This record gives sequence, structure tokens and C-alpha cells, in this order.
Amino acid sequence: MGDRPIKVLIAKPGLDGHDRGAKVLARGLRDEGFEVVYTGLRQTPEMVVTAALQEDVDVVGLSILSGAHMTLVPRVCALLREKGLGDVLVAAGGIIPDDDVPALREAGVAAVFGPGTTIGDVAAFIRANVRALD
Amino acid sequence: MTADREEAARRGSALAEGALGGDRRALARLLTAVENRTPVAEAALRRLHAEAGDAHLVGITGAPGAGKSTLVAALIGEVRASGRSVAVVAVDPSSPITGGAILGDRVRMQAYAADDGVFIRSMASRGHAGGLAAASVAAATVLDAAGFDLILLETVGTGQSEVEVAAAADTTVVLEAPEMGDEVQAIKAGLLEVADVVVVNKGDRPGAQRAAAELRAMLTATASPRLAGADPTATARTASGGPAAAPARPGPKRPEVLVTTATTGEGVPELLAAIERHRQGLGVEGGPAPVRRARAAALVWALLGDRVRRRLEDPALADVTAETLDAVVRHELDPYAAADRLLGALVGDAGRRPEGRDAGRQTSRG
Repeated sequence: MGDRPIKVLIAKPGLDGHDRGAKVLARGLRDEGFEVVYTGLRQTPEMVVTAALQEDVDVVGLSILSGAHMTLVPRVCALLREKGLGDVLVAAGGIIPDDDVPALREAGVAAVFGPGTTIGDVAAFIRANVRALD
Repeated sequence: MTADREEAARRGSALAEGALGGDRRALARLLTAVENRTPVAEAALRRLHAEAGDAHLVGITGAPGAGKSTLVAALIGEVRASGRSVAVVAVDPSSPITGGAILGDRVRMQAYAADDGVFIRSMASRGHAGGLAAASVAAATVLDAAGFDLILLETVGTGQSEVEVAAAADTTVVLEAPEMGDEVQAIKAGLLEVADVVVVNKGDRPGAQRAAAELRAMLTATASPRLAGADPTATARTASGGPAAAPARPGPKRPEVLVTTATTGEGVPELLAAIERHRQGLGVEGGPAPVRRARAAALVWALLGDRVRRRLEDPALADVTAETLDAVVRHELDPYAAADRLLGALVGDAGRRPEGRDAGRQTSRG
């Protein structure tokens, strides 16, 4: 026990169609030994949280490039808590202005990864901050 | 040690009760325990076995990109329209290098997030060959006990010989793409042989109907009455070894061959009807069908193997076990004699005293 792979959900909530970054991250985390559930484009917060619940993921990664992060991300965090998934690590990435980061952290996001972040940075952050694996 | 076991039993039964009571979070957590084969999972599965057995387990298999996930999504819609609940266990391959995996089957199944009658779980194969994950069957048992009417087991993209799903499922659906090849492909041994229903998907592509016709001709016309026996569905497959096993050889199956276009839903109602017809032929409602008997046997044999090994690695027997293995390495003892000797040690440990540590050495190399 404890040596099982970390399970990560990579989701793209909202309406932007730019999923290259999410796919590259999914692939990179696979290469880091994570089990990555990829759910594709145009997810509602409800869809993201249902997937997180059914898959029992340790981490939810949200990729948003549309500018809708201030609406979508806090909603995902609130729904996760509502469903008893408060121990799931939430990270956001994509195009998110620095000014918005404090509010997102307040909402429950553990980290915001912008352009220039390496896969190694993301993997190290997850390993250091993920909930205890049972 | 004992405290750990008690804690595991407590958590296992709490998760099992939660899953039985409709708590989806408990169900999901339990599936994680099952996947990781923890003591919590064992405790829960002991509780849940008695509750399982009513669901229809349907395997969906076929080559990568044949449309398995899209067809599963279409089937979910069809099953829900009939008022039944449905769970999916979708397996994708783990990296043999890093152990990581991309689980991408949900991409096609997103329409059901708000529907409590649908539960989808992705699973990495974690090095298990054969098309499923090691824990897929146990996961299906959990979902069965949780009350889902239909359970779809979607394999990794398979080649010609990953036939494990046929032993795990009551009904096995094999997908082919229209460009599956010529008639010789259809008579090769392997995956097509275990199909209860064959589906040529991507029916909107040219050649789909012709491929279906060729498959139908080769798969349904070849079985001689002598081999097939009286039952045209010929379910006696994996030599379940029941006492009244009349034919020496199980007869070949005669699968229905259908054409679907999963993206539009065309042919999907007919597929669900064919799956249902197969279930009726299985007699699942009555006594245990041969496939279920075989599955029960496989589960018990696998556990027996695990337990024998665990007992032999226990402190009480670890020395004898290590010594015996060393003797095989030194070519002083052959592997067959070693197995006999360890079995003897196990029986001795359970009750009688062992006859002596060197029992079985007479077959050693001179």
C-alpha cells in the first residue's frame, strides 16, 4: 500500500477548444507514472466533479484558456467539497492572470500553473501535496 | 498486525454498506481499494458477494479505435431509455516503462454526468495481460452488488488473442471495423471464437455490410451439428468441468453478426436486443450458467494460489520455503519435487507434523 499510482483527472471545463496543453500535460504525467483520466473538451463543473467522484481521483487539474476561470474554478471547488471530495488536490493551468491567483487559492485551488511550467514541476508539486494514498 | 486487520475489516464493511446503500463516493472508494487489492477490499468483497449475481455482465472488446467507447456510450443511452441502470468498467493500458496510463474512455461517455443510474469507472491494466485489469472482475462484483442491472466491461484495444473478457463476462461482444480483412481473418482462432455477438461498427463506411456478410458466412455456417450439439448458442466453452459434461469438446459458438454506427446510434437497439437474447439463452435466471461456474472456479483457484504462497512466506514456513527454492537453484531438487515438498510442508503446518525437511529429495539430480 502507499505505492499505488497517483490518479489525476485532467479536465477542460468551459467552452474553449484549446486542448493541446491539457493533452501534453496528460501525456507528460503518464510518463511520470501517474494514472491520468482525460475527459476531453467542454465540460461543465458538474461533469468534472462527477468524473472526479466516480474515478476517485487524488488530483483534479483544470485547464482553462478562455478567461472563464473565475466562474468555473470556484464552482468546481465548491461542488467537490459538497460531494465530500474536499481532500482532492485541485490545480489550475492555462492562461490565468496573476491578479486572479489569490482569489482562486481562496476558493480552494492549491496551485496555478501558467505558461512555462514544466511537467516535472507539476509532477513534483502533486507528489508533495497529494492526500495520503490508502 | 491484528489491529490493522480489524481496522481494514471495519473500513471494508463500512464502504460495503455505503455502496449497498447507494453512496456513490463509498462505491468509488471501494473500487479504489479493490484495484489496489487491499485488506479493506477483501473485507468488503466478503460482505458483497452474497449481494451480487443479478447483474448482466457484458464484455465489449475489439481492436484499438474500433469504436468500443463510442459504442458503450450509445449502449448506455439505450439501456437508460429502457429504465435500467448501467455501470461501465473501462480498461486502458498502463505504460510498461513508467506504470503511468492515459484513461481516455470517458471522453465519449460524458453525457451522463447528472444521471444517478450511470456509473463509469476507468481502470489502468497495471501490467495485467489479457485485455482487462487484474481487479476488473472484482470491480464488476462490487457494481453488481451495488445494484446496477447491466455492467459493461470494456477491454483495452485488443489484438487477436486477448480473450480473457469472455471468461469475465456473461455475454461477449466483439467489435470489428469494416476493414477487418478477408474471410481467412474470420476463421482464425482467437478473439472471434469467443464472441457471443459480433458487431461490425462504423456501419456508415463502405464495405461494412459486406464485412458483416462475410463474417456471418464464416462464423455461423461452419459449425457442424455434431460439434455444436443441440444448443445452437453452444455456451459450453471454457471446460467448466461440471459432472455432466457430455461432449468431450465444447462446440464452437454461433454468434449473431450485427452492423452498428455507434456515432449515430444506428443498430444499437438491435445490439442491445441481441445481448438480451444471449442472456436468455445462458439461463442466468435459472441455475448457474457454465460461464459463471468457470468464473467462480477461476476466482477461487486464484485466491487459493495467493493464499498458499502467503502461507509459505509466513515466518512459520519461510525457512523451509527459502531452503527449498535454493535447492532448486542449485539443481539439487527439481521444481516438481519442490512443489510437492512445499505442499507437504503446508499440510504439516496445518495439522500433522511434517515428515521431514528432506522429503522429496530422492528425485534430486545425482
